[in-house]
Amino acid sequence: MKKMAQTSQEIPIVDHNRNDGTLWLIKEKILLGLSPEEYKTMLKRNPVNWFLFVLLGVGIPLIIIRYLFGLDTVTHSSNDYPWGLFLGFGLFGMVPLSASGFLLGTTVEIFGRKDFVPIERLALLNGLLGYFFAVVYLEVDLGMPWRLPYPMFVSLGPAAVLFLVAWHVATYLSVQIAEILPAYFEWIGWLKGKRFIKSITIGLTIAGIILSTLHQGALGALFTYAPTKVHPLWLSTNFIWIHFFCSAIFAGLSMVIVVSTLCKRFMTWRCDERFLNNIDDLTVKLGKGCSYAIITYLVIKVVGIAHDNEWAYLLTGWGNYFMLEIAVGVILPFFLFTIGVKNYLPNLVRLAAFISVLGIIWNRLNTALIGFNWQLYQEVPRWQEVWVTCTIFAIYFMVYRFILYRLPILYEWKGDK
Amino acid sequence: MKKLLNRRTFLKGSLAGSAAAVSVGRSQKAMAKDFEGYPESMGVLVDLSRCVGCRSCEAACNEEQNLPAPEKPFNDFSVFDEMHHGQKRRTDETRYTVVNRYDVPEIDHPLFRKIQCNHCQEPACLTSCFVNAYTKTPEGAVIYDASVCVGCRTCMVACPFYIPAFRYSSAFNPRIMKCIFCYDTRLKNGQPPACVEACPQEALTFGHRKELIRIGHQRIRENKDQYVDHIYGEHEAGGTAWMYLSPVDFEKVGFDTSVPKEPILNFVKDFLAIVPMVLTIWPALFAGIHLLATRKDGIKKQQQTEGETEK
Repeated sequence: MKKMAQTSQEIPIVDHNRNDGTLWLIKEKILLGLSPEEYKTMLKRNPVNWFLFVLLGVGIPLIIIRYLFGLDTVTHSSNDYPWGLFLGFGLFGMVPLSASGFLLGTTVEIFGRKDFVPIERLALLNGLLGYFFAVVYLEVDLGMPWRLPYPMFVSLGPAAVLFLVAWHVATYLSVQIAEILPAYFEWIGWLKGKRFIKSITIGLTIAGIILSTLHQGALGALFTYAPTKVHPLWLSTNFIWIHFFCSAIFAGLSMVIVVSTLCKRFMTWRCDERFLNNIDDLTVKLGKGCSYAIITYLVIKVVGIAHDNEWAYLLTGWGNYFMLEIAVGVILPFFLFTIGVKNYLPNLVRLAAFISVLGIIWNRLNTALIGFNWQLYQEVPRWQEVWVTCTIFAIYFMVYRFILYRLPILYEWKGDK
Repeated sequence: MKKLLNRRTFLKGSLAGSAAAVSVGRSQKAMAKDFEGYPESMGVLVDLSRCVGCRSCEAACNEEQNLPAPEKPFNDFSVFDEMHHGQKRRTDETRYTVVNRYDVPEIDHPLFRKIQCNHCQEPACLTSCFVNAYTKTPEGAVIYDASVCVGCRTCMVACPFYIPAFRYSSAFNPRIMKCIFCYDTRLKNGQPPACVEACPQEALTFGHRKELIRIGHQRIRENKDQYVDHIYGEHEAGGTAWMYLSPVDFEKVGFDTSVPKEPILNFVKDFLAIVPMVLTIWPALFAGIHLLATRKDGIKKQQQTEGETEK
């Protein structure tokens, strides 16, 4: 694609019209302005696609087997570990990384920081896709996936934490779809829709803050149902919802930095000048936000330990592992962020963001899987479970790439807006 | 004058009304907070010193609940040596109750412990379920409605006793599998569950929960050297319908003594309390911040338009 964009004047598509004034058809827009043959060659040439092909070639049949013959064909079907990788990574890991949507929405629309506009849509899309695929992971894990709407319409258990998660994720998904729709409306050229969304942006954004605060916290609060099962260092029943919410802030911002870095490096042809010229600046600014959130998180983590008086646990093997997680996943990125921001080193901030994204996933896995049942035994997922998890992540990646190639996320639409 | 009277009666009426509302509201709240379980709730007292590990209860449960035939017959005692991940046998989709053997050094014979759903007074499975699939019946049973269950398995995470199991093997008809105190077939009609009836040793005593607590303490009092002075389940997880007496420390026979002496729900309340606060305060707070943050832009715009009109 990079080569084709260099040789052609018209590609990538940024307008409704070709250079000669005729309109692009939707079909041509979908094919990125390439002929079907060119499009196929492009797909074949990219080695990432070969890798995805192998991954999906095994993963898709595994998913089909899971739906035809039951969860026990891909997981250990453990009664002691009801939640495995699908939720441990897919739900508990993906949701904090998707906090980016509400964070940048708030920054731009509520705080009026228009300087973040070049990256706002990327953050919104990152949020939307992250949530959507968290639900996909949930659908793979649920025993009766066809009953997903039950907690909303059929049988309500409003006093349960998961009830709140279900409702909030569902409504927040709709909010995020609405927030990203303007990009789609520009692309298809339906401006009425865009104007309508614009008129309700403030409402949508504030709804996003409420829903995010509560369900990011609620995901943590889910573990307060298991006070005897999760290791006390990872579960402070009073503070865990704040831990989850606060860590989602720097997780979401870090994820935007990581994704924007990948786009800048591997999708340069799709980015416009505005994005490329601002991205270093914005990375450092986001890094500043990260460092504030991460130090707050570190402090309340320590407060959580102090509040429950769990210092003695730090001297055990679990305590060493906990301190390792804090050192590598929290303190290290904190220092890198700080140094990167102070000295204006965007690449250092990017490294810090990458580490803190991994750190958050690690933290969620530690809470949901590794520190869970710490007094029993350690569950090690089957290879099929790992493979299916990777497969869904690959589909997430493909959908993400598909949208970025087309919609005005990384570039400004040149046609009517 | 007529007006005044009207006003006075109105005031009186409204005062009385609001006072009534306050007192009613308070009494209802107090009731919810101090709810100690249904008064006629039934339970079972399990006496570990009487159990000989014959597994009759397992067999009776299997038959009563139409569960699949086990791999090894119920008179095969080699199952006591089975270990999975270093753990003794537990409930799963083929068995609602399991007896395990414990060799305790201070006693010359092994002890046996039957596990099944303890039918908590305030069950964690019930409070964690987002589709209300669980019900605590006035008779004391915690029953489950498979027709609304989504299969999220939060109840399994929430249960401090590791009781609910999931039918993972089924793709189209999975469900939670757990002891329901033989509610449909027996308890509803005042009969004891199948396992209690099958016990040849009278290790299981069926009765009103309150009465069982009295009996338990009496047994402890009368045989001081035979029992540990504790009824497991009297307060664990906020109290359970099934309770245990043991001749040795409970952790030596596989009980989790770290289970809190209050309902699991109490640990969740901290979070539940912040929900209405966020819902009410956030919109005002962030709308306010928005107005403050964009105030200067508004002023600028106004000045610009004014400047344009002057020109």
